[in-house]
Formats: sequence, structure tokens, C-alpha cells
Amino acid sequence: MRKAALQLTGWGRGPASSLEATRPERFSEAVAAFSEPVGAHGLCLRGAGRSYGDCALNAGGDALITTRLDRILAFDAETGIVQVEPGVDFRRLLQVFLPRGFLVPVTPGTFFATIGGAVANDVHGKNHEHAGSFCQHVTELDLVLPDGSGRTVTPEDGALFRATAGGLGLTGLITRIAFRMMRVSGGGVTVHEQRANDLEAFLTAMAVSADATYSVGWIDGAAHGTRLGRGILETAEPCDDEISRHRPRELRVPVDFPGFALNPVSIGIFNETYFRRVPEAGRTRPVAWQKFLYPLDAIHDWNRIYGRRGFIQFQCVVPFETGPAALRDLLEVISGSHRASFLAVLKRMGAGRAGYLSFPMPGYTLALDFPRRPGIEELYERLTAITLDAGGRVYLAKDALLDALTFRRMYPEFAGFSEVLASIDASSRMQSDMARRLRLREAP
Amino acid sequence: MSEMQTWLVLGASSAIARAFARAAAARGADVILAGRDTEDLARTAADIAISTGRAAATISFDALDVASHASLVQRLAAVPGVLNVALMFGTMPEQAAIDADPDLALSCIASNFSGAVSILHRLAPLLEARRAGVVIGFGSVAGDRGRLKNYVYGAAKSGLHTYLAGLRNRLGRGGVHVMTVKPGFVDTAMTFGLPGLFLVASPEFVARACLDAAARRKDVLYVPWFWWGIMAVIRAIPERTFKRLSI
Repeated sequence: MRKAALQLTGWGRGPASSLEATRPERFSEAVAAFSEPVGAHGLCLRGAGRSYGDCALNAGGDALITTRLDRILAFDAETGIVQVEPGVDFRRLLQVFLPRGFLVPVTPGTFFATIGGAVANDVHGKNHEHAGSFCQHVTELDLVLPDGSGRTVTPEDGALFRATAGGLGLTGLITRIAFRMMRVSGGGVTVHEQRANDLEAFLTAMAVSADATYSVGWIDGAAHGTRLGRGILETAEPCDDEISRHRPRELRVPVDFPGFALNPVSIGIFNETYFRRVPEAGRTRPVAWQKFLYPLDAIHDWNRIYGRRGFIQFQCVVPFETGPAALRDLLEVISGSHRASFLAVLKRMGAGRAGYLSFPMPGYTLALDFPRRPGIEELYERLTAITLDAGGRVYLAKDALLDALTFRRMYPEFAGFSEVLASIDASSRMQSDMARRLRLREAP
Repeated sequence: MSEMQTWLVLGASSAIARAFARAAAARGADVILAGRDTEDLARTAADIAISTGRAAATISFDALDVASHASLVQRLAAVPGVLNVALMFGTMPEQAAIDADPDLALSCIASNFSGAVSILHRLAPLLEARRAGVVIGFGSVAGDRGRLKNYVYGAAKSGLHTYLAGLRNRLGRGGVHVMTVKPGFVDTAMTFGLPGLFLVASPEFVARACLDAAARRKDVLYVPWFWWGIMAVIRAIPERTFKRLSI
């Protein structure tokens, strides 16, 4: 198959990796392209490129892009189990199945992500505490192992499934994913929004509404002093009402913004406005599924507002016990840095996870974007140090800067992952920029 | 157009054909996916049946195996309602590869031109007898002028343009519309990794444009539309000058 010399980045942009890519369109082509000989930098798998860092990049090596393997293969309305190729994205599933009353049980915040990517990162959504992670809904996977042999893997298979769920594509090419969809009766959710004036109020409000099906907090990363940790808590319940499904207006960021566009003043104004949007007494309103689950997808290429240099997203989870103190420390460092961009996200997480390298643990997860400017590495290091001390970890789907040692301390189950990889891919055929940076193909 | 519509998609494995079949089914037509890789076409058929609720069948078709074309057409005679045809297959070997191996020139012409004529010419009486339907034939902007970089492929497509124009004349008398499509750069396996592409259209965009234009009974469609202007300029360059250019 013809290979394209491409310069690719993650969703966070920044420095590009030069690689040789194939983009098969048929099943047989995919298996053939996957089995072609590779050089020293091996092969990496890539979906829609919506992970932020370098887990789907492979500088100096090969990549197989799965976006054209995009067929829905089967659907059973009795069980709700759908079978798809890895390049099918959440948008298509929403368009095809919502009118029939089925929704993906777990979805990331963008519907441009592929289902293959959702497995490879064992993604979570705004309902993690109750619904768990994506791979917990997967019933079966077809996998082409690095040696070219095919295998059907189920959760009962243990090690290989746990290495593939959240395994960053390193166990091989997933060619079919079967998972259970959720039944929904109406067009959306009833969303309740309330202000939280500081971190303590925020955490209390989240605890009070811990039973809510969906729960997500928008936090003002620039607020400091008595307002530290202020934000808006959004909880939502599926509602039976028909909510108008007229397509939300789509906008596109047409150019890269100049570097100075985002500054503490413009961000302060935006965050203040966003906070005051919700009345002091809170408000409740119906919102269509698409608008609720994928608010940012209405603005195409939103990553361009960070300009050419791009941005870094920091997302960590810290346990409930150590969380409040750690979050305060994190927010103080963040607001003191004057680097935080727009709204940050604060959510509760449950225990649900399916793989050795899955991100979730019971606790609070905090996610913020920082423009990629000089000094970002030091800031990231301070934030990861606080996270590590609290017994937490950072999310690999977002990460571009973690070091191999800190990774090992944050992911105690890496040894299990490593053992599976050694048994199925002794020659380290599967690689990525992230795999090299975090030394994922080396001893735990 | 209350009568049941069926689209026969010849060369249905390509990205444009897949997008076209999906779009046609989404607008209420049944589809028959014809191509060599029937195992893979079955996946696309499943996708279409699940996502649109329309019937999607597969049928084995090889443009080069002209001996098989007659029996294929016989089987299609049983299709009820209006039969429409989208001819979307083709191969584009690199000119340098053709220069190194002249046999490639022949196979390029066989798939893009002779194979297309073979199947369309056998389908023509069937369509004429039914006095309804649309034929969409995929040519190329490369067929508008012989260029240094792509002239064997261009010549085959140019031949197809001329054939389609004649077929349009013939079938038009019997109520069957023939539309020639000349796509510019489209993001497909054929162009993936090629240098020097610009203003690349998505297969979905091209598919929608084809269906819209066919409904308006357009004769020749450049897609995206601005390729009409680009090719008008390229056609207007005097041969004396053109022969020295390497575009």
C-alpha cells in the first residue's frame, strides 16, 4: 500500500512528528498494511487524532490510520449490542442510533473520536461514577496481534483484554468492537446548573448530587483567593420529553489565533462571563443530547485558538481522601501561574476501569488547558508532583510531558501490561512517541 | 419519483463509491454494491442496511473480466422499479510506472475505458427498455487535457468522456439521463500520499454533489465546481505553450 509522508500532531498541536502512514479502506487492506515490514521505530495506530498528546504519533516510524475502516457491522435491537469497525466515530453512532432510542453508554467530550480510540484509551464521560469506563461495556474485540495472527478477545479472557482496553493501541489492530448501547426514551437531558463560589462549596455540591446520572463541573482556573475553585456544577438526568433535534449551529475557527489572543485579561473576562451566565439561584432546562454531550464540537478546529504552538492539557485524578487538599494545591499553582486558559473541568470519578493502563480511580478528576509556552514543562512537573503525592495519576490520552519514572509510580498495574506485551510482541513492533517517552516497551 | 429506486454502484469498494451508496440509501434508494472484494462489500452493505433501513446487496463484478459482464446484466434485469447506475471504478497508476512498463498503460485503459464501455454498453439496452433511470459515469479532470504527469490515465478518462457523451445522446431519447462527473482532487486511497494536491474534497461532499446534480439532470458535473474554471484555463492554453509545461 502506498504510504504517505505526513507531519502529524495530537489534538494539542505543538511540534509535529514526521511519519509514514497508510490509511486502508478495506478489511483485507488493513490486515495487509498492518503486517507490512516496519523499521526500527515500528508501527503506531491512529484514529481521528483526538488524543491530545503523542500516543498516536510515531516520529520516524510508520502509522496506520483507521478512520476509513468505518462500517457499522451489526446491530441487535434486542440486546442493544452494536458491532463496529475501529474507525466509526461517536458522531455516526449518535446520528444512526439516537433516532431509534439508543445511545452510547459512555462517551468522551468529542464525537469526532473513533471507537477504536475509545477502546485504546478506555475513555470515560460525564457519567463515570455510575456508568464506568467505555471498555466496561465492550463485550468482544477482534484483534490482529503484532505477529499478524487474529484473535477474538472478551473481558473473560483476562490479561489480553486488560492490556488492550486502555492499551494505547500497542497490543495490535482492533478490527471489530462489540459493545452494548444504552436505551434512551427522549431527546435529551434535564440539566440543572448551579454556582459554587469556592472549592469547598463545589466539592460539597458534587457530593450532595453524587446520585445524578451525569455530573460535570466547570471551574474557573484563573480565580484565586477566596474565589479559588469557584465554578458551575452541571448535573443532568435523561428526560422523556421530545427535545427539538434541530442541528446546533456549527462554527469553525478559520485561522490560527495569534499567540497574544489568549491572555490573563481576555481569559478573566471570558470566565467571569461564563460564571455569571448562570443565575445565583441556579437554573434548570432541557438540553438535547448532542449539545449536552458534545458542547465543544459545535466549534470545529477549536484547538486553533491556541495558535501554532498549540496547548497542553493536564488531566489528573486524585483519590477522594487526599483530593480536597490536593485540588487546593493544584488550583493555587494554576491560578498563580497566570497561564490557565478557559474553563477547566472538575468531575467525580468512580472505580470503573477495564485495563491495566486505564485512567480512572475513585476520586476527583481535574482537567485544564495551558497554551504551550516556555516554562510549561516546569508547571506540568509541579502539577504532576502534587498529583503523585496525593496518590493520583494523569490521563495518558491527554499527556505529552510525563516522564517514564513518574508514569511507573502512577500506574502500578503497568507490570501486568508489560508482561502481556512481552509475550505478544517481543520484538517491540508496536511503538509510538508516547511509548518511547514513557518507555512502555521496556521493563517495568 | 414515487417508483422504487435502486442504485447499482460499480466499483463500490472505493471511498467515493462507499459514500455515494450511503448517501443514495439515506435518500431512500436500495443499493447493489458491485466489485471484486465482495467480502469487504458485505461490510459496507451491512453498514448501509443498519444505518438506513434500505436493502443493500452485493454482487461480484470485475471490470477487466468482460466475459462475465453479460451474465451480470442478465441478473440485473430482475431488479424491480427504476435501475440507476453509478460507474465509479478506475485505476490510476503513476505515469512513471507506466513509462517503465507499457503493459500498465494497457491495463489502465482496460479498467478505466474498455471495462467501463463493456459494462455500460451491455446495460444500455436494459435501461432503454425501462425508459427510466440515471447513469452517472466517473471521468476525471485529468481527461480534459493530455498532461505530462498523467496522460495515459487522462487518455482513458477522455475516451470515457466521449463515450458517455454519446451514450447521453442515445439514452436521453429514451428517458434515461447520463451524467458525466469530473472530480478534481478527492481524499481517497487513489490520492492519499500524493504530493501537490490542493483544495481536496471529501468523498462525502462528492457523493452528495453527484446525487444533487443527477436529480437536476445535469450533463457534466465538475466537483468541486471550481474545477470547471481551473480546467477552462488549462484547456485554453495554446498547445504551443502547453507542450512545454509540466503541470
